[in-house]
Amino acid sequence: MPSPKPVNYDEMLDESGAIRPAYTAFRQWYDEQDPAWLRRQDAEAETFFRRTGITFNVYGDDAGEERLIPFDMIPRIITAAEWRQLSRGIEQRVRALNAFLHDLYHRQEIVRAGKLPQRLLDGNSAFLREMVGFTPPGGVYTHIVGIDLIRTGPGEFMVLEDNARTPSGVSYMLENRETMMAMFPELFTRVQVRPVSDYPRRLARSLAACAPDIAGDRPTVAVLTPGIYNSAYFEHAFLADQMGAELVEGSDLRVIDGRIAMRTTCGYQPIDVLYRRVDDEYLDPLTFNPHSVLGVSGIMDIYRAGGITIANAPGTGIADDKAIYSFMPEIVEFYTGEKPILQNVPTWRCAEPDSLAYVLDNLAELVVKEVHGSGGYGMLIGPTSSKAEIAAFARKLRARPENFIAQPTLALSTVPIFTKAGLAPRHVDLRPFVLVSPEGIDITPGGLTRVALKKGSLVVNSSQGGGTKDSWVLED
Amino acid sequence: MLGRTADGIFWMFRYLERAENTARLLETGFRLALTRGHSAASSEWQSVLVTIGQDQAFHAVHDEVNGPLVTDWILRGKGNPGSVLAMIEQARSNARAVRTALTREVWEATNEAWMVLRAELARPIKASTLGDVLAAIRRQSTLVRGAMDGTMLRNDIYNFARIGTFVERADNTARILDVKYYVLLPSISWVGSSLDNVQWETVLRSVSGERAYRWLNAGELDPRGIADFLILDSRFPRSLSSCYAKLESNIEGLARQYRRSGPAQALVSETAMLLRKATIDTILEFGLHEFIADFIARNRQAADAIAADYRFTD
Repeated sequence: MPSPKPVNYDEMLDESGAIRPAYTAFRQWYDEQDPAWLRRQDAEAETFFRRTGITFNVYGDDAGEERLIPFDMIPRIITAAEWRQLSRGIEQRVRALNAFLHDLYHRQEIVRAGKLPQRLLDGNSAFLREMVGFTPPGGVYTHIVGIDLIRTGPGEFMVLEDNARTPSGVSYMLENRETMMAMFPELFTRVQVRPVSDYPRRLARSLAACAPDIAGDRPTVAVLTPGIYNSAYFEHAFLADQMGAELVEGSDLRVIDGRIAMRTTCGYQPIDVLYRRVDDEYLDPLTFNPHSVLGVSGIMDIYRAGGITIANAPGTGIADDKAIYSFMPEIVEFYTGEKPILQNVPTWRCAEPDSLAYVLDNLAELVVKEVHGSGGYGMLIGPTSSKAEIAAFARKLRARPENFIAQPTLALSTVPIFTKAGLAPRHVDLRPFVLVSPEGIDITPGGLTRVALKKGSLVVNSSQGGGTKDSWVLED
Repeated sequence: MLGRTADGIFWMFRYLERAENTARLLETGFRLALTRGHSAASSEWQSVLVTIGQDQAFHAVHDEVNGPLVTDWILRGKGNPGSVLAMIEQARSNARAVRTALTREVWEATNEAWMVLRAELARPIKASTLGDVLAAIRRQSTLVRGAMDGTMLRNDIYNFARIGTFVERADNTARILDVKYYVLLPSISWVGSSLDNVQWETVLRSVSGERAYRWLNAGELDPRGIADFLILDSRFPRSLSSCYAKLESNIEGLARQYRRSGPAQALVSETAMLLRKATIDTILEFGLHEFIADFIARNRQAADAIAADYRFTD
């Protein structure tokens, strides 16, 4: 597999240095502003976030220190035409993901057809025996999906990762827009940006549409959080608040009369749909980790008996597995009968001897990731690693090759960030948010743009010091 | 709403109220220390510790009682879960846990109170800035109450917040009276010894009631009048009778919204009725200390009954 030459696509400027159409109106506005005023606004943004408490907790930090994710005030802009094409690709991929999950937990046609090796499922802890033969209400497995995309050229987006389990970050998408509108209201009269603010309402509607048959006309939706020390607690509270749903913890819930019920000031009331932000492993101490206090004893039995909808369904994490990811082009084609609209990033599966040999020979140019890892932990970024680090990683790789995949150092596109010295290009990715219900697939125009703040850095993860930007999809 | 949320709101407002009352009490001790001799100041600091129920915890750490030690302990003492700073942190942590039940204004006011006071209390407080810090504590707590008053729906959430506030406030006023009752006692038993006006005034100052009292009583400081004012004058927002009138109406609000009431409502009504019927003469006859001790116990029972009626815990 040839490594694509890393020529970075600048989303604002073309090769000759001219402003691309997507940025014309914004850049005109920007150039009219007083630079000193912009710097003051930039400093204000942090105060705004700090006061509203838009923070995340860093694990392993002193006393659950709350941090801000740095916010950059230069928007990332996508044209209406680009978004249409992107949406088609995302919808196709998400449709395939749900069909794939259904198949994995039923007949496993894709394995029988020889398109996916059985070994990827064997002993994979993300594949839950408890889900085999069971179909969730409405047939939906992954209700909320985040697809991580990178851009390599005009109209060229590639999928870096599928987040079918519990994608986070949507609150930043919403708050970044609120912040931008509060800081630069007149900008939004100059540039027509598609709104994202109705996401919580759409989420509530989409979740309600997935309620089990036992639910009434107005299903009760609740958000399950591990609690205030979870890194994404702010997001859990934010979404529950915006949906008008209760934010529950495991200790609020118990099984009553064959339903999962929450303890309210008026006694126990049944929940129809539980948007859980607790991992599978902690969901039900009777079924999974017996020491978990984050979940609800008996919820899996109630679920399987049709008493509640769990979103996302347990066991969807198998689709996030990076080894499975490498088969996504085949998966999309198998279930949709169409060619994939969105490409994968080229990926070497280290479980395959030829690939492993190639990866070992080219470690200095590659990014190597753990198959089950997330959030930028346990990975090697060849070009920025020392010889000793590479040698150490090679030993880990030889010991457990099936645990790793490798990808070329990507030509991530750049979008300018605001610095004291003016605009400067930095690498970005994009996570659009997708809602799935029996009524259809709903993609919010925009998403979360994560941006590397250090010059030349490709690391955009918030846990690794990256920042975020408002993401604009322009109206036609 | 969730029982846990009701619990969180109830305690959030108790902590805020307690932080504020602690600051008020500290101010009284501070003023006395400025106006009295060394030994009297020391006993006044001791009585501040007793009033807030921290004398034992304090003496476990410190051998002597003096202004700087007590001030530091009460405001920001390491290992003191009842310090003003710890209570503001608790209030904010509760607010975080129940923020879906709060308006943005209330959450932001609480978060800001925490940020401001955490910065103010980061280092030991010098006597020269103590006044400013205590004023900041009262102001931040007032801002949260104001944000709540101006933005929250008058529903169960609001009622639980108010109930937390008034249960705590009633407890605080009662404690101040109980610790100070020996100051009032001589006149009650008509011993007729010469009493120190400054001591009486501290009782009023502890609840920011000195000006209100003067308005209503033409400036005449009289122990019996002070006890009457703090227990039975429903015009004064920190009197026991005022707290219970509010508690009664907030718990009625809950009963209306939920279309049911439990033992808590009966308990609160009973105490409110008792305060309405009482006169300062009957109270003194019964014994001021006995009356206050009985009231504190009733108030605690009411709080426990509220927690049980509305499923604060399992």
